Amino acid sequence: MVYRSTLRGERFTFATLPELLAKANEVKSGDQLAGLAARSERERVAAKLALADVRVAEIAATAVVEDAVTEAVSVPADPASFAEIASLTVGELRESVLEPGFRQRWSGGLHATITPEIAAACAKLMSNLDLVVAAAPLRRTTRCRNTMGGAGVFGSRIQPNHPTDSVRGIMLSALDGLAFGCGDAMIGVNPATESVPVIGEVLRGVHELIARLGIPTQSCVLAHVTTQLAALEAGAPVDLLFQSVAGTEAANASFGIDLGLLARGREAVLAHHAERAGEFAGDQVMYFETGQGSALSAEAHHGVDQLTLEARAQAVARLYDPFLVNSVVGFIGPEYLADSVQITRAGLEDHFVGKLMGVPTGVDVCYTNHADADQNTNDNLLVLLASAGCTFVMAIPAGDDVMLNYQTTSYHDVVSARRTLGLRTAPEFEFWLAEMGIRCDGRPGSGAHGLPTSLAELASALEDSGALRALLPGGVA
Amino acid sequence: MTEHLELCAPFADPTPAERTAAWLRAATPARIFTGRAGSSYHTATLLALRGDHAAARDAVSTPLDLDAPGMAALADRFPWTVVATMADSRHRYLRRPDLGRRLTPQARQTIRAAHGPGPDVQLVIGDGLSSTAVHAQVPALLPLVHEGCAVRGWSVGRPIVVRQCRVGVLNEIGDLLDPAVVVLLIGERPGLATAESLSAYLAYRPRPGHTDADRNLLSNIHRAGIPVREAASRIVGLVEALMADGRSGVAVKEPAALES
Repeated sequence: MVYRSTLRGERFTFATLPELLAKANEVKSGDQLAGLAARSERERVAAKLALADVRVAEIAATAVVEDAVTEAVSVPADPASFAEIASLTVGELRESVLEPGFRQRWSGGLHATITPEIAAACAKLMSNLDLVVAAAPLRRTTRCRNTMGGAGVFGSRIQPNHPTDSVRGIMLSALDGLAFGCGDAMIGVNPATESVPVIGEVLRGVHELIARLGIPTQSCVLAHVTTQLAALEAGAPVDLLFQSVAGTEAANASFGIDLGLLARGREAVLAHHAERAGEFAGDQVMYFETGQGSALSAEAHHGVDQLTLEARAQAVARLYDPFLVNSVVGFIGPEYLADSVQITRAGLEDHFVGKLMGVPTGVDVCYTNHADADQNTNDNLLVLLASAGCTFVMAIPAGDDVMLNYQTTSYHDVVSARRTLGLRTAPEFEFWLAEMGIRCDGRPGSGAHGLPTSLAELASALEDSGALRALLPGGVA
Repeated sequence: MTEHLELCAPFADPTPAERTAAWLRAATPARIFTGRAGSSYHTATLLALRGDHAAARDAVSTPLDLDAPGMAALADRFPWTVVATMADSRHRYLRRPDLGRRLTPQARQTIRAAHGPGPDVQLVIGDGLSSTAVHAQVPALLPLVHEGCAVRGWSVGRPIVVRQCRVGVLNEIGDLLDPAVVVLLIGERPGLATAESLSAYLAYRPRPGHTDADRNLLSNIHRAGIPVREAASRIVGLVEALMADGRSGVAVKEPAALES
């Protein structure tokens, strides 16, 4: 099938659907690196024009990659529901998604029938503000130990990483975040090692923190899925099972995973939760991370652009009924997203395609020191995504990850965004904050309650409180 | 960071609370409990972040300096081969990781001419995203790893230094020299806390087409992370595990800590 369009009298042709999808993408250094990007701005817009006339049914009938991921995620789940959109063009689908009434149809089951290629095609025709206004009403509610995704809830994952996985260092960073009212999405640690005993120790440490303070949140240690399962086997408590996923079978193989392994992992964690009766509010036990460029980075993109592959990665996550999914948008580096303009666009796209497919998507709003971005541009994307109803973002001390060596959003940033836009934490978590005397609006806690907010307060609190001291392994000097 | 270090310095007569605060700061390099102006940073915190970001941005563009004092002394002990990848400038290196994974034809010739095939262990040094990390860690780390390998009776190839280096260069080295294990010491992308963090990537008989799933990684090698002595012993332990298993990658887990 050849696709054609005419822009200002100039004729353009596109030989295949993957070529059309790639050239209709906004500028991404990764698509250029892969040799897939439009060769001129005119060609880019011509591709958008041609894509706007393609029928949704045709996209669903075309495999952009022949692999196990396509078989699992690119066939509309419910033919009856899919019939509602099958005869629309992509241009008409965009307009339909922007209608206020779309939310009812979406929550009535349409989200499950939207394939990643359809979601990506739609995003390619949308402006940045379209991506915000369309995503905002699409709320996906999920439950593990608490409830994420409700109206007005802007969650945050405390990411208390430490360069050597010191449990004491991790606890101190987490306490700082809790004192800010962060951490309803999870307390999720990226470990520096894949050692099973160390992963077990960190899992037990975070579990202990949550248990002692009675926090309605969930723990996660983001080791490889096989390492977490080995720690679980060895007796460590696992709330959420994590894995990075990508949009092709070959890229997932480079991560050391396949779809069967993820399914078996989920079963193992569900069985483990069944033994911890009363601790869980729901059966959503998986946490996935994605990000544009990961398939290309593994040399496994098969000539498909990075937005389409990102949508496929989130569709892989969707197979396992995830609690949360996180697009780590600026982490991968300037060879895939060169600067803040590209990172901003990709963050809005990733969030929108996830939500359109019914995925509880959050975004790690971040950048590395070798990309042309800075904390000011990061602030901008945080406010855009908070406005777009983003499920959660990261929260770490001063936005500076001392293990992964990149910058993301801070405890301060999360509270500032919540204050500015009138957003709140998960309901169970909000109740806990009130009990603890921690305020969510940036003001210090009241009276004798609350958690310390400065090092001096923490030092004296540790002298007074055996409960706080008990959280720090090895005691206090 | 400077802020942290100053506050860790001995006080004239610290109160117990001050002692505890200093001890807490030493527990993590993260910028914890920095206080608040409303929900924003204190001015000092904000400007410290800006200063550290400025230093990290500058570190990315610093070239590998083999004449730096520690590196020059190392070259005397371990005469190395210096080669480059197809990424012929820093700008191209940043935008074209594929070029940073491929040696130039000249580099392949040089390596073939200067190295015998099939050592047990081949050590490779790459600038990666921070030459500052190589300058800071490799002079102490390389001799320790070399010694650990020699003690176990393994043959160790002369080190190869690769400029504008990405991790995928492992595959080309494996293809050229067929060592049992290749250890690549490479600068990590600079963070705000440090630009001195080094990673060690290990691969068993790497070949073109191998990916990160076929490799083992020890990251965060720097003063406030994994110190070089511990790093060296863990690298050698991993080499041993790879040789015992006859493979590398996610299926091989790091043995329990050999020493702390």
